[in-house]
Amino acid sequence: MEQIIDLLLLLLLIAMAIAMARLTNLIAVAILGGVYSLVLSAIYVLLDAVDVAFTEAAVGAGITLTLLLAAISLSVRRERVRHWPVRNAIAVATCLVVAAGMFYASLEMPAFGDPDAPIHNHVAPRYIEDSPQEIGVPNMVTSILASYRGFDTLGETTVIFTAGIAVLALLWRWRKDGQ
Amino acid sequence: MNEHLIVRVVTKLLVPFVLLFALYVQMHGDFGPGGGFQAGVIFATGFIVYGLVFGIERLIKALPLPVLLFGVSGGLLLYAGVGVASLLAGGTFLDYSALDSHDPVHGQHLGILLIELGVGITVASVMTAIFITFAERWHR
Repeated sequence: MEQIIDLLLLLLLIAMAIAMARLTNLIAVAILGGVYSLVLSAIYVLLDAVDVAFTEAAVGAGITLTLLLAAISLSVRRERVRHWPVRNAIAVATCLVVAAGMFYASLEMPAFGDPDAPIHNHVAPRYIEDSPQEIGVPNMVTSILASYRGFDTLGETTVIFTAGIAVLALLWRWRKDGQ
Repeated sequence: MNEHLIVRVVTKLLVPFVLLFALYVQMHGDFGPGGGFQAGVIFATGFIVYGLVFGIERLIKALPLPVLLFGVSGGLLLYAGVGVASLLAGGTFLDYSALDSHDPVHGQHLGILLIELGVGITVASVMTAIFITFAERWHR
């Protein structure tokens, strides 16, 4: 049953990606992008990655869509369609080659949920066994993000801080006289 | 969108609950899915919806630029400050166990709560500030 739901959601993703590439109404493309994120977060829930699903739903479907719509309302609503047969052929060929390479690489990957996969034998056992005593937080994802990987999260927050400061420095109307 | 009665009433009803849910996600990140980043984004979404429906001027009145700038830098400073505090308490940088001299697990709880709060404040302020700077340009 779960495989059927997985398959349906993945087919939905492909259909939406094709629709986004073909549509010229930018508002429709932005909203489809938000729906794409929502379906993606449903897939993450099926994979038992609820924290990732939560982030995808809040960031991808929520804030990104709102900011994109705000940006579109300052720009044009419709994409200008140009016919560049050679460029389009090169772009499609590049996409197909990269996709084929990724499919080929995925054949080497361990099966989903394989306990012998390298990712489950590095630091993960240490986190799973010791974090209840060391950190004492029921949500292990939080204990890894906030404590074991505290430096990474500090760096991520700095990235967001820098992005916000850059946008404010470039776009904010610092003077009231409309200069 | 101020002229749409239904949108206005529904927004007025929903925004407090969106902000309450953001607080829940912020404070409950230790126990369930979520944490500072997600909570900050939900906070910002609540503010942005308010600004979209009731006008940017009222959003700026509720959240003036000095407050937003304070949040943008204050959250990051709180995060880094916890690291410095754990240095001063005798541990290494961001080693929360040093924050409580009696029980290292309590120190970890305190540290995680504070840094998640810092992440939430920075993310919420940055997202709201970015939206306001975009929206300000509509009026030109």
